[in-house]
Amino acid sequence: MSGATRKRLYNIGAILRGLSITFGFMFRKRPTIQYPSVKKQHAPRFHGLHELRRYADGKERCIGCELCSSVCPANAITVIGAENSPEDRRSPGERYAARYEIDELRCIFCGMCEEACPTDAIVLTPRFEMSDYRRGSLIYDKARLLVPPEAGVGTPPDERPGGIPGDLGRVADVKSTTDVDQGYLATWRGQILITQRKGLALLKPPVRSGAAQKDETP
Amino acid sequence: MAWWLIVLIKSAILLFVVVTSFAYAMLVERKVLGWMQLRPGPNRVGPWGLMQPAADAAKLILKEDLTPETADPLLYKLAPFISLVTAFAVYAVIPFGASPAGATWAIGNVNAGILFILAITSLGVYGICLGGWASGSKYPLLGSVRSTAQMISYELAMSLSLIGVLLLAGTTSLDGIVNAQLRWWFFIPQFVGCIIYVVTAVAETNRAPFDLVEAETELVAGFHTEYSGLRFGLFFIAEYVNMLSVSCIATLLFFGGWNAPFGWTAIPAVGWFVIKVACFMFFYMWLRATLPRLRYDRLMAFGWKFLLPVATLNLVVTAIVVAYKG
Repeated sequence: MSGATRKRLYNIGAILRGLSITFGFMFRKRPTIQYPSVKKQHAPRFHGLHELRRYADGKERCIGCELCSSVCPANAITVIGAENSPEDRRSPGERYAARYEIDELRCIFCGMCEEACPTDAIVLTPRFEMSDYRRGSLIYDKARLLVPPEAGVGTPPDERPGGIPGDLGRVADVKSTTDVDQGYLATWRGQILITQRKGLALLKPPVRSGAAQKDETP
Repeated sequence: MAWWLIVLIKSAILLFVVVTSFAYAMLVERKVLGWMQLRPGPNRVGPWGLMQPAADAAKLILKEDLTPETADPLLYKLAPFISLVTAFAVYAVIPFGASPAGATWAIGNVNAGILFILAITSLGVYGICLGGWASGSKYPLLGSVRSTAQMISYELAMSLSLIGVLLLAGTTSLDGIVNAQLRWWFFIPQFVGCIIYVVTAVAETNRAPFDLVEAETELVAGFHTEYSGLRFGLFFIAEYVNMLSVSCIATLLFFGGWNAPFGWTAIPAVGWFVIKVACFMFFYMWLRATLPRLRYDRLMAFGWKFLLPVATLNLVVTAIVVAYKG
């Protein structure tokens, strides 16, 4: 038998073996999870959407120290602290967060904010279904991040039971409090950046006057 | 009833049956490919994805129908219809069951049915060829050049593989060929011819592993790169209808047509025909899930240096045996 003929016969064997493999695969168990109807069990410490926790008496844990904001590798967090007054004590400490915004589109869900927080105020929940139609509504402000007073205090990651919590739907229920038409510009972070840019514009007069005007309009 | 009324009714029923089986062949193909790749396949539209073909059709109809500026407008618009008409014309002579006295299952009872089929399928290449050329774009042109070469090379071996059957049956009428297989399906005496026919049929319908005409890794989408919307849909229908028709021909010529195997006549004749065609369709899907695309030079070498000589040899041996015995 010549070499070419042997090779040809070998090829036929290979084709038949290939056919048998694909046929066998038809009856294997498929690993697909039918996602919207069936949900996978996540690890208890899955890094999902953020949440600002409260103490049992309803006071906010956040003391506006901005450590989360400084540690954030994606520069996603903006915190503006303010002094507590004796009449209106938001948190047990001296200061509280007057503004607290997280840009979930910038966030890389690394959990550094959670680790940096001295009062365990910011935690990552296992919620992950955050999709929305507008970028602006993915900047979560304090009203959306803070657990509502009636929902208790929030769960720190080390006390969390396994899997997805029962209140997964809350993310969709709480609508954006930022102005979705203004989007990024209407957020506190956006305003800070605009002010900074304005300052720069004052230092260096712009070459084209049209471009600077465009920047200034919020 | 007037003969033309009968033809009209038969054509309408046939059109409905063929288009429906195309739609569900496509769904089953996607399912089977999915299963072989450990996926569930389409299952969102309707139970078990059964409404998927309707959803696909609606999508294709609603899409924009684009014509490139460089295209030859008349041929570009005509090409999908050439493909489709030739694909459907084959069914005019295919009998789906034993003909009752004074009537026939096929629309036209042509006594040279095989020749008619070969002639019509040869015309089918014009749809692909002109479509690719008229697109006025380089990838479709390469696709259509390939299709021309591939169709000619494989049509030779295909015709030669069928002549063996004609010699054994002594007739070119499809009814006659099926009736000649009452004792032995021609699959057994014409084993080599059958294998060659099945291989060349895959090449003739441009299916994997011989889908060099579309070859998405090299030619974007080959001859139908520029087509969109319903015109693309027509090419798509033509491809599946061709698959069905070559399966029908293989069933008629090599696997006894509507004859029940081992005398299992519990299933009616048409049922056996459908089962056999379905098996062939599954085989095509199975091949597509298994084999990678051939390199172009190997496709040519395989056609000319292997299939053609073997088909000729098979024909000569068959002719000698028939002459010696008859």
